[in-house]
Amino acid sequence: MTVIMDPTAEQSPTSRERLARPDQLQGLTVGLLDISKPRGNIFLDRLDALLTERGIVVKRYMKPTVAKPAPLPLRQQIVGEVNVVIEGLAD
Amino acid sequence: MSIPHVTLPADGLIAVVKRDCPTCVLTAPVLAELATRTNLTVFTQDDPAFPEAIARPIDDSALNASHSLNIDIVPTLIRREGGREIARTYGWDRAEWERVSGQDRLGDALPAMRPGCGALNVEPARLEDLLIRFEQTGLNARKIEFGEDEDEIEAIYERGWTDGLPVVPPTQRRVLRMLGGTTRDPKEVIGLCPPNLVPLTVEKVAINAVMAGCKPEYLPVVLAAVEAVLDPAFAMHGVLATTMFVGPVLVVNGPIRRQISMNARGNALGQGNRANATIGRAVQLIIRNVGGGRPQEVDRATLGNPGKYTYCFAEDEEGSSWEPLSSDFGLARGVSSVTVFAGFGLQGVVDQKSRTPESLARSMAESLKAIHNVKLAPACDAMLVVCPEHERTFRQAGWSKQRLLDELMQLCEIPGDSLVRGVKGIDEGYPESVAGSTRNKFRPGGLLIVRAGGGAGMFSGIIGGWSSGGAAGSLPVNREVKS
Repeated sequence: MTVIMDPTAEQSPTSRERLARPDQLQGLTVGLLDISKPRGNIFLDRLDALLTERGIVVKRYMKPTVAKPAPLPLRQQIVGEVNVVIEGLAD
Repeated sequence: MSIPHVTLPADGLIAVVKRDCPTCVLTAPVLAELATRTNLTVFTQDDPAFPEAIARPIDDSALNASHSLNIDIVPTLIRREGGREIARTYGWDRAEWERVSGQDRLGDALPAMRPGCGALNVEPARLEDLLIRFEQTGLNARKIEFGEDEDEIEAIYERGWTDGLPVVPPTQRRVLRMLGGTTRDPKEVIGLCPPNLVPLTVEKVAINAVMAGCKPEYLPVVLAAVEAVLDPAFAMHGVLATTMFVGPVLVVNGPIRRQISMNARGNALGQGNRANATIGRAVQLIIRNVGGGRPQEVDRATLGNPGKYTYCFAEDEEGSSWEPLSSDFGLARGVSSVTVFAGFGLQGVVDQKSRTPESLARSMAESLKAIHNVKLAPACDAMLVVCPEHERTFRQAGWSKQRLLDELMQLCEIPGDSLVRGVKGIDEGYPESVAGSTRNKFRPGGLLIVRAGGGAGMFSGIIGGWSSGGAAGSLPVNREVKS
């Protein structure tokens, strides 16, 4: 019988439950996160206009670089300021 | 498998011997004498019949008793009382044997003293087996048992732990041996391994180094490479997750290159050298197995590149008149280190006609300007691997590496007019506003120069980088190789 040593992290990934989606956006603050991919702003500008037309409060954010995860202060700022985040992947 | 149970006499003398030891043979008559006078138990490590003068020597060819008694040297003489050891001596030393045994006039015909021999249970391979048998390895990784009929290579494939090529099964014995290549504690955490940010221990590095085919003496290089890759400046998560081609490219400098017989010369970037091949592979397996970074999962590469199996080579410091790559990071010559660069593939610079440094530099610059797209500047970082025959042209003209770098950066200044979208019939490029300006193909510090390759052939190479080169993305990182 061959016995080998586990080469992995020995962690089965525990998937986190998603938060329930809101039924509507009225009365909520929506964050729009630009991940710094080219042309992402075009998509988000349009969403911004459509949401604002409907009287929904919109706040805009931007990652410093697409190459790295959003810095912790930015993530904390978003969590503190909005109820919902939409981020645009683009190219 | 259960730990062997070893029964030792609670009281009396114990001797551990082997036939293949002249001092044990010399002391055999003394043991026979002790057996007549006292309660003596003899464990024999190799030949169960030895010593013939003893009525019933106990066969310890499995070495379980020797291991339990922590025998280093044979013969060893021990006195136990009430189940506890109270005296021990090894080799032949009449006074010591008389003290331990409490008997006088032992071995009158023998010389007063003779050194003993190494015990079999501390020979490296046997010691590893004993540590495993007695569950004393100190290893923490989960043990995985394969069934009798299971092919271990296939079983490892099925678990998704390979890069597509077969791996060496990481048995406890192989992992223990691998850990012998470093003085570092197997439990030491090197850092958080992306993409899952898992604490990465020296032990997990060793397991994956075994799988990659490394020898224990490569382990310090693998550890330094992993430390470099885990430096946030290298941005391994991004290097892995990008749709672009890149992966870690490792360049090794310093005496360790020759100590582990790395290839810096002919076919340095190719196949065939064990150290080059397996060190780079180990790093990739760690990202895959510990970090959880797999193609078409977090690894989103569109094409990838063959260097994502392994991309590791040594710089030819001895054959070069230039400062090694490690000096760019402030290390003195003679210090072993690994530099990691987010790179891909190899684009050849073929120039067999240039005999002046000016012409050759222009040749190289034109090739460099083509990386990613001729319409993009700055495009990415790059590593220029200069072959010996090309370096000779620079050396004979007195060009240092810095001089070549300065000249190349100068030659890589590109008129913005040629980069405007649509120019050359290519839609890629920049808005009209770049016209009239000048853009460099590389950010300052974004071009690295390394010397490697065989003596024949005017063929240098360019290893392209990631579009997110620089502080916002991935920076080349250097780490010293420590024991």
